[in-house]
Amino acid sequence: MGAGHAHRLYRHGHTPLHALPPHCKLAAVLCFVVVVVSTPREAVWAFGLYAVLLASVAAVARLPALFVLRRMLIEVPFVAFAVLMPFVAQGERVDVLGLSLSVNGLWGAWNVLAKGTLGVAASVILASTTELRALLLGLQRLKLPPLLVQIASFMIRYGDVIADEMRRMRIARESRGFQAKGVRHWGVLGKTAGALFIRSYERGERVHLAMISRGYAGTMPVIDEVTATRRQWSRALTLPLLALPICLLGWTTL
Amino acid sequence: MHVPDGFINAPASVATAVVAAGAVAVSLRGARRELDDRTAPLAGLVAAFIFAAQMLNFPVAAGTSGHLLGGALAAILVGPYTGVLVLSVVLLMQSVLFADGGLTALGVNITIMGIVTVVVAYVLFRGLVKILPRARRSVTVAAFVAALVSVPASAAAFTFLFAVAGTTDVPVGTMLTAMVGVHILIGVGEAAITALTVGAVIAVRPDLVYGARGRLAAPLKLRVGGELVDAAPESTPEPVAARSPLKVWTVGLAASLLLAGFVSFYASASPDGLEKVAADKGFDSQAEEHSGADWLFADYGVRDLANERLSGGLAGTIGVGVTLALGSGVFWAVRSRRTNTPATAADNSHVSESV
Repeated sequence: MGAGHAHRLYRHGHTPLHALPPHCKLAAVLCFVVVVVSTPREAVWAFGLYAVLLASVAAVARLPALFVLRRMLIEVPFVAFAVLMPFVAQGERVDVLGLSLSVNGLWGAWNVLAKGTLGVAASVILASTTELRALLLGLQRLKLPPLLVQIASFMIRYGDVIADEMRRMRIARESRGFQAKGVRHWGVLGKTAGALFIRSYERGERVHLAMISRGYAGTMPVIDEVTATRRQWSRALTLPLLALPICLLGWTTL
Repeated sequence: MHVPDGFINAPASVATAVVAAGAVAVSLRGARRELDDRTAPLAGLVAAFIFAAQMLNFPVAAGTSGHLLGGALAAILVGPYTGVLVLSVVLLMQSVLFADGGLTALGVNITIMGIVTVVVAYVLFRGLVKILPRARRSVTVAAFVAALVSVPASAAAFTFLFAVAGTTDVPVGTMLTAMVGVHILIGVGEAAITALTVGAVIAVRPDLVYGARGRLAAPLKLRVGGELVDAAPESTPEPVAARSPLKVWTVGLAASLLLAGFVSFYASASPDGLEKVAADKGFDSQAEEHSGADWLFADYGVRDLANERLSGGLAGTIGVGVTLALGSGVFWAVRSRRTNTPATAADNSHVSESV
């Protein structure tokens, strides 16, 4: 793990998109995804326009296409599911390259692929232009329960610590000649997971004691309240506002 | 497997989001009762652990490997409320940071992977631990069974959602068989890993296994002059003023009825989904084909399914029934835990210091 101050998901930059307040960006992405999801699947051109919108946003944020595409690979397992759909769905069937496929299933697969991909792309752009801490502040600003935000922030803060602990355990195992090859070795790995849980839990207890000794009484003081001007809001909401007419047009031309 | 955007239609996404929000709100209160002001750091660290444990690869055979999903493990190790919270946070972060699971599908993901797995696993685990003899082994066996069932249960919940509100009409029976079949296989792996992990924790810190507290933790003994004597009983903290469950029940019932009406309205308003499948194939034939597999549908498919409204209402009623059963199951488990162990080793720090 690098010694950088930012997470590897974040791509440092000084673009208008980086400068927007996190809660505006979160709201914008959520609205955009809602608009995309409620677009009728038959309006194929609409999804093309959405993709163009997202591509221009990525261009504003100066994100390399390869970077975004690589991060989007997370979607692959569900693509497999989507590919199966035309084969198992029912309804009228059509012959494509000698295969009998369901029309409904083809539309369903297209629906999932298009909407899922756009959603993933929007999330990737959000995560790579917003720092982790800012994202949490944004969530808090969007009225997520403070306790939930605290839990999330502890998870983020100690995620790398716990992952490193696991990495050290692996190095310790391997330096003693252990190599997990199959089900026979699950016992050792299970013990690793157990030990990792105990260490995490005990670390949590220590962290709690440390917090109490510094005056923690159940809530965290909010030091850096993020605020947004009307101008920033309108900038952030440009994306969903541009997408909305496309969606409406999609419904009318159905 | 995280559900992406566009897989489940909008009304159902909203409905599951409401369910998820309600469950998270209940869990926030419950976790505060379980952990008081230690909630934030402890739940956060456990979330980090689940996140890390999901990266631990368990090789199956040449080339392939599996990993932990963690729902059952979290429920057993830290309790149902904290478990739901931890999984919800993990899913939220995966969705926002890694784009793993769509933002609009967050409610769906939390419902099927957080709530269903945790509740099924915990209820089953508590039940088994009660029945089986008091021994370390029975806790691991209970963990195995709970994890084994929780994974296909989650898959069945997904199939049910997909049947009611999916964007494609895949035959429900086929899908249920395929999903549950595949997930039983995954469940076996999950069960083995969960049981091994719980076993490893029990061997070192039995007091940390929330689900087995009071079943294993021996009373604290001090050695005074070479003799073991019982330590002075801890001053038992005043139990949290038990509020009447009636209020929670009524509110829950009202909410679930409202939701059921909402979902069934939309389900019958849109031609695809359960009704479409029912109209196309008729559930009677399905019930014969998979009489054992889709009992839920088979049961009410026998009745008059031509009447769409009736079938929608039935679906709603069944939904409420399931919700009620699950809810009361949790309450039952929680209450029996309380009555069973009035002075649990709740004060871990004390135990760990003196052991």
